[in-house]
Amino acid sequence: MNANVKRPAPALEYLTTKKDELVGWARKFSLFPYPFVTACCGMEFMSVSSTLYDTDRFGAALPRFTPRQSDLLMVVGTVTHKQAPILRKIYEQMCEPKWVMAFGVCATSGGFYQNYAALPGIDKIIPVDIYVPGCPPRPEMVIDGIMRLQDKIAASKHPIINDKF
Amino acid sequence: MSTELPNPIRPAFTEPTDESHVIVNIGPSHPATHGTIQIVTELDAEKVVRTDVHCGYLHRGFEKECESHTWHNLIPYVDRLNYCSALINDFAYCETVETLMGIEVTPRCRYLRTLLSEYARVADHLTCVAASLMELGAMTAFLYLVTIRDYIYEHLADLTGARLTYSYGRIGGLANDLPEGWLERLAEILEQYEEFVGRVHGLMDRNRIFIDRMRDVGVISTADAVNWGYTGPILRSTGVPRDLRKDTPYLAYAELDFEVPVGIKGDNYDRYFVRMREMDESVHMMHQLMKMLPDGPVTVDDRRCVLPKKELVYNEIESLINHFKLIIDGPQVPAGDCYVAHESANGELGFYIVSDGSGTPWKVHCRAPSFVHMGGAHLMLNGYQLADIVPTFGSINMIGGECDR
Amino acid sequence: MDNGIVEKLCEEFGSEGASTSVAHGIAVIELDRGQLLPVVGRLKEGHGFDMLLDVTAVDWPGREPRFDVIWHLYSTRHFVRVRLKTRVAEADPVVDTLTGLYGSAGFMERECHEMYGIVFRGNADLRPILLYEGFQGHPLRKDYPKQQEQPLVPYRTTRNP
Repeated sequence: MNANVKRPAPALEYLTTKKDELVGWARKFSLFPYPFVTACCGMEFMSVSSTLYDTDRFGAALPRFTPRQSDLLMVVGTVTHKQAPILRKIYEQMCEPKWVMAFGVCATSGGFYQNYAALPGIDKIIPVDIYVPGCPPRPEMVIDGIMRLQDKIAASKHPIINDKF
Repeated sequence: MSTELPNPIRPAFTEPTDESHVIVNIGPSHPATHGTIQIVTELDAEKVVRTDVHCGYLHRGFEKECESHTWHNLIPYVDRLNYCSALINDFAYCETVETLMGIEVTPRCRYLRTLLSEYARVADHLTCVAASLMELGAMTAFLYLVTIRDYIYEHLADLTGARLTYSYGRIGGLANDLPEGWLERLAEILEQYEEFVGRVHGLMDRNRIFIDRMRDVGVISTADAVNWGYTGPILRSTGVPRDLRKDTPYLAYAELDFEVPVGIKGDNYDRYFVRMREMDESVHMMHQLMKMLPDGPVTVDDRRCVLPKKELVYNEIESLINHFKLIIDGPQVPAGDCYVAHESANGELGFYIVSDGSGTPWKVHCRAPSFVHMGGAHLMLNGYQLADIVPTFGSINMIGGECDR
Repeated sequence: MDNGIVEKLCEEFGSEGASTSVAHGIAVIELDRGQLLPVVGRLKEGHGFDMLLDVTAVDWPGREPRFDVIWHLYSTRHFVRVRLKTRVAEADPVVDTLTGLYGSAGFMERECHEMYGIVFRGNADLRPILLYEGFQGHPLRKDYPKQQEQPLVPYRTTRNP
């Protein structure tokens, strides 16, 4: 087709794919969540982290309460306009690779708070990888969300040395 | 983003009173401040000299939202005020509207509301104690208490359809009656509660580290507490047995036999113990109520606010119009205003509603105990150590949804 | 609830020119804003109303004066509540502060100020509490559109994600 496109050698592509799979596997099972908890969904977050539903089975147990050490920003609950600069700052303070989960319908779209105070969805200010709707979502839904995020992480590219490998 | 992010608050002080002091900002995204409170503190090494508490990070415009919904449609908003014990909010609001409309609920509804209010109180106190213990490092106690709380959530999901925010109260009664086998499961859960809470008592009550961290920390006197508007477990921990369920009984509380636990000093340990004992009293009340529950309908047969039965709606034109008007226009509440307060898990939860005679409210104001408690929080934080802010704050049980509305 | 106290309050304050009534078990005293501090002082010292429960306002846009300012007091000894109401105009929405008598008035007056624009004379700290710095307007007034947002962080666009 287009003979001018430079393609890497097939052996290198195989290596890159395998490297991506390995790094993806490692990253997806060692998520360090930063629970940015604001509202009612926080109660379900407590439930999903505890014994009956347990995010520890997925490697996502240990919350890191500093953005510098975490890679999964779980925005749990309504984010208001007053809280928005705080959320943006936390997101910027996290290092790559980072993922964002919008936990609950208020974080996804503002929920049923369509007024002057609530931010209509956190994707207005930060990019979101997985949306878990629900008011609040059942713990099984949250776990489904984490598993889909893990699939997404497993399937994505993970450049570790430079932006090509 | 390279642009500077704006600061949403203006702190009360930016310069320390002494050059050796430091100003440290705690929150609002902080696990101990439950994610929505910012405390600007001035520290002298580890000692807190003064604090400036900022709330409002979860202000979701509850009052403004209520003004554009009908009296029934805003019940989900009311749920999400104190989301840990959402049923108490539902029933307090419904009772306020019922008082203004002049409706008296059926006996079964009264007893059920009392039973469920106490159930919600247990869930709220479990959450508060579990969170504050976890913040001290006692992960085991947290897991025990949250497990029981989860059984309660599943059980309430059997009744209302939702685990956390139920929207179960209706003006004139309740959404539906108890399903089969609900009371048997309740008895089972209360037994497991006794076992688990017994273990937590064994781990915490005489634990040297726990006592050292909580005794004589965050002390508030009765005079200060009353002046700064404290009600609920915090006021009771100072030694006065003020409880709306005993002082001005509502629902079925006048017929129940229960005590009002009080503390001795008004410190964190007392608040922990008052909450643990209150849970035991609530369980005792629930056992009594399970035996006292009368039969009968759970909603009043009042066409002004209760939806007619579906068979009638499909067969009679009057019921069809009634149903239509109730859904579209909302129940017509006579003009006037009304204030009704219930004893929620945090204290006096009051609803002040103003009606202009139509189906949508003119104003629905919630007198939130957490908001008033934040006003006086500095009394319990100043003078103690930086590390004491965490347990003191946890023992105040500030619920963001209620504080900021 | 001790209804005897409710009637006594109505008699006492009613005889001084304030209009009183009983609404669903609560004594309601409607007074002029100049009478606020003396009446609250008497209620606190003389009748034992030691807790200020709530300060709020109601907006009646068609009416002159526009705002009702409402206080609820509670007596922890007699278990009675009392509601105080006063009216202020939009052009001069000033009432006296109760922070000298009750500590709980601080936060509640700040909220009433930012939501309705009522000025509490004597309260030096009327910073926004539930809203944020830079918010223009008073959202609970009936002429503030519910969905008028004032974002602090500019929204992402396709050009500036």
